Amino acid sequence: MTGSSSRRSRARERRARDSASWRGPLRRYDILKEATIAIVVVTILTVVLAVLFSSPDVPPVTLRAWASAQPKGFTEIALSELNGTSDSATYGPPYNHQSGSVTDLYGISIQRAIGVTDPIDPAKDFVLDPLSTVSGQPALTAALHRYDTATHAQQMSWLATYARVLKRASVESGKLSVQKARYGPVGELLGAFLSMARSGGLDAALVEHSAFYTTNYTDAILFIGDSWKAQHGASYWGKIVTAQKMASDQWGVMNETGSYPGQPWLWLYTMWYQIGPMSTSSNGDIEVLAIMTVCSLALLFVPFIPGIRDIPRWIPVHRLIWRDYYRGQRHGGGPTGGHDPPRLQ
Amino acid sequence: MTASIVNMNAPDHYLHWSFILISLANFLVIVAMVVLFIAAITVPFVHSRRAKREAGDLSTSASHRSEPEADPSQAGADLRPSGKQADGGLWTARLRRLWLRRLPPDKLLPDSQPAYVASWIYVFGVLTLAGLLVAIVSGMVLALEGPIWWHVSTVGHFVNSLHMWSVECFLGFMAIHLWGKFWMASWRGKRALTWMTGVLAFLVSVFEAFTGYLSQTNFDSQWIAFESKDAMNAGGIGAFFNAMNFGQTLMLHIVFVPLVLVAIVALHILMVRLRGVAHPIDADPEHLGDVGSTAADKTARDGTIAVPVRSATAGNVTAGNVTAGKVTATPTARPAALPTGPGSSELGI
Repeated sequence: MTGSSSRRSRARERRARDSASWRGPLRRYDILKEATIAIVVVTILTVVLAVLFSSPDVPPVTLRAWASAQPKGFTEIALSELNGTSDSATYGPPYNHQSGSVTDLYGISIQRAIGVTDPIDPAKDFVLDPLSTVSGQPALTAALHRYDTATHAQQMSWLATYARVLKRASVESGKLSVQKARYGPVGELLGAFLSMARSGGLDAALVEHSAFYTTNYTDAILFIGDSWKAQHGASYWGKIVTAQKMASDQWGVMNETGSYPGQPWLWLYTMWYQIGPMSTSSNGDIEVLAIMTVCSLALLFVPFIPGIRDIPRWIPVHRLIWRDYYRGQRHGGGPTGGHDPPRLQ
Repeated sequence: MTASIVNMNAPDHYLHWSFILISLANFLVIVAMVVLFIAAITVPFVHSRRAKREAGDLSTSASHRSEPEADPSQAGADLRPSGKQADGGLWTARLRRLWLRRLPPDKLLPDSQPAYVASWIYVFGVLTLAGLLVAIVSGMVLALEGPIWWHVSTVGHFVNSLHMWSVECFLGFMAIHLWGKFWMASWRGKRALTWMTGVLAFLVSVFEAFTGYLSQTNFDSQWIAFESKDAMNAGGIGAFFNAMNFGQTLMLHIVFVPLVLVAIVALHILMVRLRGVAHPIDADPEHLGDVGSTAADKTARDGTIAVPVRSATAGNVTAGNVTAGKVTATPTARPAALPTGPGSSELGI
């Protein structure tokens, strides 16, 4: 018999033994009692943990709070929505046809293949539409009309001029002071937009799809998120995020606010973002997703993967788990004698 | 608004008698219900002769079942030829027979287990189930008052704390259970499906917890929604699942994913009961029965069901068989396979 056929034969025998029924010693077991005790123990443990530690609840960031705390930073992001340079405006599918955040793996992009399914026009959806809901302000209505009827080139020219003077803008007593220049209606628009945000009106206006019942916060979160993408830790949101150790380079999503445990089971997923090449790759998201898909499938199909399924035999942790059984095997005889009918121990 | 063939959006006609005021649409629905009720109790039932004949067969069968020797075991009763004839091709009866062959009551709710199931690692399966139960119950209480309640109520916050810590326990116990099962190579002996349903339950639980974090309506959910969208979009998942759509994440968290998770966990437990837990690696061959044969396989082959029979004198468990409704103890030197099979009496998943 050759070595390989002998190995195959041994593996077949092992598989057959693994499938065999058990005729060894038994012991009494009350399945319902075990379940009841487990439920009581876990309930008590949960109550004790809840009483001792409570649970975290840091309020969400509002546009009102952001605009009040950082009027200049807020206006910069609003301007980037209008001139199409924000992260949302350049994102790509599923929001628009740009390519700023489109990822691919070896040239294949699922993101691009599926295309735009949730169309978002940040200039219109985040800024101009909310402003159009404001009534009783003739200057704003006129500015909106002038902006809407201008050519794209004219709009870009106004926005570029405003961007230049905004860099030198100052904040006095919480108010944004911007130097006068040839920026057309943009000054009026962004001034009104800032006022709307500081009043809290923008928080409601950005929650879309219904004038009354609302459950979709995509626009509001993307708009706030654009500040993180553009200004990082200096943004209002970014300061809270980094203070809470929740940024992507701080093992982000698996963490929780305060000192609470978050989602530690996401450690492997989060880890890939911290190491190269994914940590610096523009395709990091799809690369990590691909790795995690492979890892998950590998875990699922462990029973069929030679090598991985043999690890428990090579590293005998099972010797520790079943130490009593193996000890009985070594000593032989006793209640474990295989020729007797199985007995309760 | 979706177009309809008949436009029902115009104001309805109302019928008014004395103090009764009812829309024509509501009136027609009630009339239809009354008509259906009258029809249901008056129209002759189809196949009434066949139904009568089958009813006669069943009553004959029932009189057989009342005989003392025909009811020693629930498992055996349905295997009798008369039962089969009476059942004919009924789906319910066939499913019941299959269920009882594969998973007789003593195997579903055992009172003994292999002696090697004696490590604390085995406890983490049932602890995981307990964690899931506490998470479901605390989540149901949270759902009663809506997603904002816990932000504005002390009681609500406490219930949220229970929910959060039960989830931490649930997933923590589940991970430990998974590690244990890996090092025991618990997929051995036709138990691959048990392993795979367990892994699937773990992965679905991670997604369930993720949707829970997205549904908190606080800073955490806001940030996680924004950060996770890039990975979702990169994989094309963002086209179907928008982490920033609170309505979608909440519905997934409290309806869809829990149903899927409970179904997978139920299947996993069923597999544990059916196949049992793997016996020790390199177990003593003297402790193993027919190679390649579990109790269920044996039953499927020869129509017998192995059940444990407690000896009146010693209290030991020996093996016995149920064949055609009769129990026969077999105190032989090499007993037939026990229903506890290869360690099948562990509830742990």
